Amino acid sequence: MFRRLPEPPARRIGFSLDGVAVQGAEGDTVAAALLALGRTACRETAVSGAPRGPYCMMGVCFDCLVVIDGLGNRQGCLVPLREGMVVETQHGRRDAAR
Amino acid sequence: MRRLTDVGALREAYDLVIVGAGPAGMAAAVEAAGQDRAVLVLDENPGPGGQIYRAIGTAPLRDPRVLGAAYWEGAALADAFAAAEVDYLPGATVWHLDDALEIGVSAGARSAVLPARRVILATGALERPMPLRGWTLPGVMSVGAGQALLKAQGIAPTGRVVLAGCGPLLWLYAAQCIAAGAAPSLILETTPRANWRGALRHLPAFLATPYARKGLALMARVRRHLRVVPHVAALAIDAEDGALRVTWAEGTAFTADHVLLHQGVVPTLNLARAAGCAIAWDEGNACFAPVTDAWGTASLPGIAVAGDGAGIAGAEAAALRGRLTALEALRALGVLDEAGRDARAAPHRAALARWSRGRAFLDALYRPAPHFCAAPPDAMACRCEEVTGAALRDAARMGATGPNQLKAFLRCGMGPCQGRMCGPTITETIAQERGIHPREVGYMRLRTPAKPITLGEFAALRKTEADRRAVERR
Repeated sequence: MFRRLPEPPARRIGFSLDGVAVQGAEGDTVAAALLALGRTACRETAVSGAPRGPYCMMGVCFDCLVVIDGLGNRQGCLVPLREGMVVETQHGRRDAAR
Repeated sequence: MRRLTDVGALREAYDLVIVGAGPAGMAAAVEAAGQDRAVLVLDENPGPGGQIYRAIGTAPLRDPRVLGAAYWEGAALADAFAAAEVDYLPGATVWHLDDALEIGVSAGARSAVLPARRVILATGALERPMPLRGWTLPGVMSVGAGQALLKAQGIAPTGRVVLAGCGPLLWLYAAQCIAAGAAPSLILETTPRANWRGALRHLPAFLATPYARKGLALMARVRRHLRVVPHVAALAIDAEDGALRVTWAEGTAFTADHVLLHQGVVPTLNLARAAGCAIAWDEGNACFAPVTDAWGTASLPGIAVAGDGAGIAGAEAAALRGRLTALEALRALGVLDEAGRDARAAPHRAALARWSRGRAFLDALYRPAPHFCAAPPDAMACRCEEVTGAALRDAARMGATGPNQLKAFLRCGMGPCQGRMCGPTITETIAQERGIHPREVGYMRLRTPAKPITLGEFAALRKTEADRRAVERR
């Protein structure tokens, strides 16, 4: 798990994660918000379907890929979290047609 | 600085385009600004600072002791950048650069292609991959990732946290977590004992630097708070009952909630290589780096590489190298003559020499062990395409002797990260399998788009009549 260190709490930002209403904080990227919520895995790989989570948090590894507002393959670590965003786990190729 | 929000706000053309807003990019912009030349800074992150000064100005941890003085020193440069007369587009991914200095950039799911007269690549460094069995498991991330979370969001891992690998960043992050009240549990230090042999002759020069004392104090502080296992020579991670079991020697293991890996940093090569800039093996940093001259100019006219992207030397050196590339750009753009350029460069060169002292010691001491650079058979070498060390070694034995042939055999390096996470691993694994030096193996070819963009975005690019005629059948 991760925790937010005791600082003056940042303004909360509401968004949807796989259809559930959740909250992140101002200054979060999508990947950071998911980790703070305890979601260490955010996608399944295209090849084997293995679960993956953010590895580099700097736009390099592409393991934080998520679906944001209907658009897939977004790098969660580079996208600032916004109020009302719809974020979904990205499923691998074998589930892409569903 | 004029902060732009989308590619529609860009000018038709720029005299100088700087890619990256870390220390090198910000310093280059500051140096080049205010000379009646159109300067643009493109950066992928939501705000300036790069990795070292990530979220400078918005970091939620306001107690300066947590992130430390070296971090907060970036505020002065960020302020100077904010005051500089340049255009700045954050959240912008540069996916194309060629020898005609045409730049393809995407922001907010829209792309533009624009010409530049000079380009400075200040795309920095990335962490050297550490391909272990289990390094793809959720819960395993890089130390740099942990530090990015600490700087930008004030988030720290909790529970049983293991840091494994080597290099100054690993110790710095441990100290920052301790200062934040979130001490890790264990450090598995992988620096080979034999590295001291090569490092010792550089020790006197290192001890004369201000960061020797700081570094030693920091390591002592870390050792007081947590257990450090030195000279770890083997490592593997397995998922076990919802946790991570880290094994480092026969029968020696620790169950962790998080494992953070690190073994130094290497230059980001993708844009320079996609443009066609030459690279060469850098023995000091044990990696490939773009070939540059004393002004940072690459092998292609008009393109320069500044900062750690041209070879690892640290943040202060990066800013100075950014200034030098900017001065040469101003000369090429007719603002300065050679004498004027050299006069303005002199103090930066003197400072650069000071900041370079002691570097050789750190390079030699923290040179990663070859067996942690090559992928063992049971580790994922290419994370995107899920190609294991065993597959690489089999293909190398079957006669796929170089990284480009391996791509054709296995697709390694052809996933969305475009070889960023596996390029060094593939070279090192082939070298180990064939018993030759990585220099002889070479590095995989990298091409446009340097980062993936959607076909829709590509198709929506503005087209000229000539573009249309080039592909239309009559």
